[in-house]
Amino acid sequence: MLTLDGVQLNSALLLGTGKFASARQLIAAVEASGTELVTLAMKRLDLQHQSDDILAPLQQLGVRLLPNTSGAKTASEALFAAELAREALGTNWLKLEIHPDPRYLLPDPIETLQAARELVKRGFVVLPYCPADPVLCKRLEEAGCAAVMPLGAPIGSNQGLQTLAMLEIIIEQASVPVIIDAGLGAPSHACQALELGASAVLVNTAIASAADPVAMATGFRLACEAGVYARHSGLAAACTQAQASSPLTRFLETL
Amino acid sequence: MMAGFFALWQQQSWEHQLLQSRSYTLAQARQALGKTRLNLQDFQALISPAAEPLLPMLAAKAQQFTRQRFGRIQQLFAPLYLSNLCANECSYCGFSMSQKVKRRVLSAEEVEIECLALRKCGIDQVLIVTGEHERKVGMPYFRQMLPLIRRHFSSLMLEVQPLSEADYRELRQLGVDAVMVYQETYQQAAYQRYHLKGQKADIGWRLDCPDRLGSAGVDKIGIGVLFGLADWRTDASFLAMHLLYLQQHYWQSRYSLSVPRIRPCSGGIEVPYPLSDKHLVQLICAFRLLSPSLEISLSTRERPELRDQLVPIAITSSSAGSSTRPGGYAVDPEALEQFSIDDSRSPALYKQRLQQLGLAPVSKDWEPYLGR
Repeated sequence: MLTLDGVQLNSALLLGTGKFASARQLIAAVEASGTELVTLAMKRLDLQHQSDDILAPLQQLGVRLLPNTSGAKTASEALFAAELAREALGTNWLKLEIHPDPRYLLPDPIETLQAARELVKRGFVVLPYCPADPVLCKRLEEAGCAAVMPLGAPIGSNQGLQTLAMLEIIIEQASVPVIIDAGLGAPSHACQALELGASAVLVNTAIASAADPVAMATGFRLACEAGVYARHSGLAAACTQAQASSPLTRFLETL
Repeated sequence: MMAGFFALWQQQSWEHQLLQSRSYTLAQARQALGKTRLNLQDFQALISPAAEPLLPMLAAKAQQFTRQRFGRIQQLFAPLYLSNLCANECSYCGFSMSQKVKRRVLSAEEVEIECLALRKCGIDQVLIVTGEHERKVGMPYFRQMLPLIRRHFSSLMLEVQPLSEADYRELRQLGVDAVMVYQETYQQAAYQRYHLKGQKADIGWRLDCPDRLGSAGVDKIGIGVLFGLADWRTDASFLAMHLLYLQQHYWQSRYSLSVPRIRPCSGGIEVPYPLSDKHLVQLICAFRLLSPSLEISLSTRERPELRDQLVPIAITSSSAGSSTRPGGYAVDPEALEQFSIDDSRSPALYKQRLQQLGLAPVSKDWEPYLGR
């Protein structure tokens, strides 16, 4: 179970809302995924003209909204987006995203840490998207972030847990939830992240770009459930040697 | 400022690139098609005559790259023409100074009327276009008009004469998110032949313009060629070279590509190097593979049948319901066009078509506080 700011979420799957062919397809995927927390870009919402077609249906579904600061290249732009989100959507939860590099959309560790410190001071529940850097994740935790969201691979790349060695250290050291964000391309990647001990995963492209996004959302839901079960039941350690289920030396016990 | 692309361009030989762009084999094209990270030579192989049999595969891969990066969406924008005054003489353009057309510069009140008309159509991203007339439609005019326009839209793009780095810094503060400066052609002889007078005759000032935009930190830089003026493969090779150079040097900017083909206008010239539909598709798909994050836009210069096929493959933003004359939306719908358009569908109709094609039309994906 994922606990953020005292709120318990039963699903370990967070969903991004971009890239879908229609609002209807998005809503169907959200429902199929079983997610209780969806992130949406402030830059995409048309609050001024009230012409947005995804906000109302998401609110009707009853999923919790996690506004994000996508598009921000600096801490000050992210702060602006955060205040706008809090005012417009009535939530102090925020996915902090600062990527000055529009090509690979990699998060800026320096600006992210600066913005996180300020946002925590201003009363936000901050979930920062960040590089898979164990030291940075501890720093973000010390800054008061409610979770850390290191990347598995470049966003949208579907490459899976390319940063595995660093993620293992981050999970081992964290005292806040670790949510693996970005790069997960298949349900098996999500399952692997949760087996490793991540508290949750965030997925968007793998679902939205699938030939059948709703079926893929179901696949991710099941994989996340499998991953959580596996973690809780205690995974057996891998070993290079074969171990017989019925050892040849069992006779010794009867002697 | 360090030496810009002009210096790099001066070291290149058009003739060498022309020969090179035809020298690739089918095997080399296949190899390029199989790669995930392409270099300039791979790009050239994909636009070469040898690659033509691979076009269906190239298109499939381009579509896959586009969907993965941009999703199933299409950005919508509309051009907003503010003036058709021009101090240049470009022999293919209906706005050229020697053209006997009624000249017009929109006033603040007229600009407001045009903005409201566009908003009514659901347009939230505009491309502001003027002829190139530094003296009458320069920074003082932009300083006056941009804040008025800014209030109405989430994203402002600008297509005007090349300006200085300092001007671009100021324009950014005034709310400009993107600047488009098309080179028209990278072949010096052709460039000089078609650009007879005015600031535009200075090829170096134009070639270094994207460098000035990058240095000024402009969020999105639009580049392009007017296909038809010179050999398309060679122009495309230079354009790709320019793109790779810019991405390397100004890594914080986004890039957008336009691929206009020369069209009949009221000036009327023969098109010396026509770019066919097939080659246009090949070109666009090759650019998608070269740069998966590149935004590619397609204007209403192209006809609906082609747009409806091409948009789902590799296009990320397109215009609809465009008027290419100052005041054309509401103030003076009868004025003369810069060029005639082929896709006259309204934004509402175009949105409907996009949805049928499985694409979500997106009017807003930006905010005025970003990139300042």
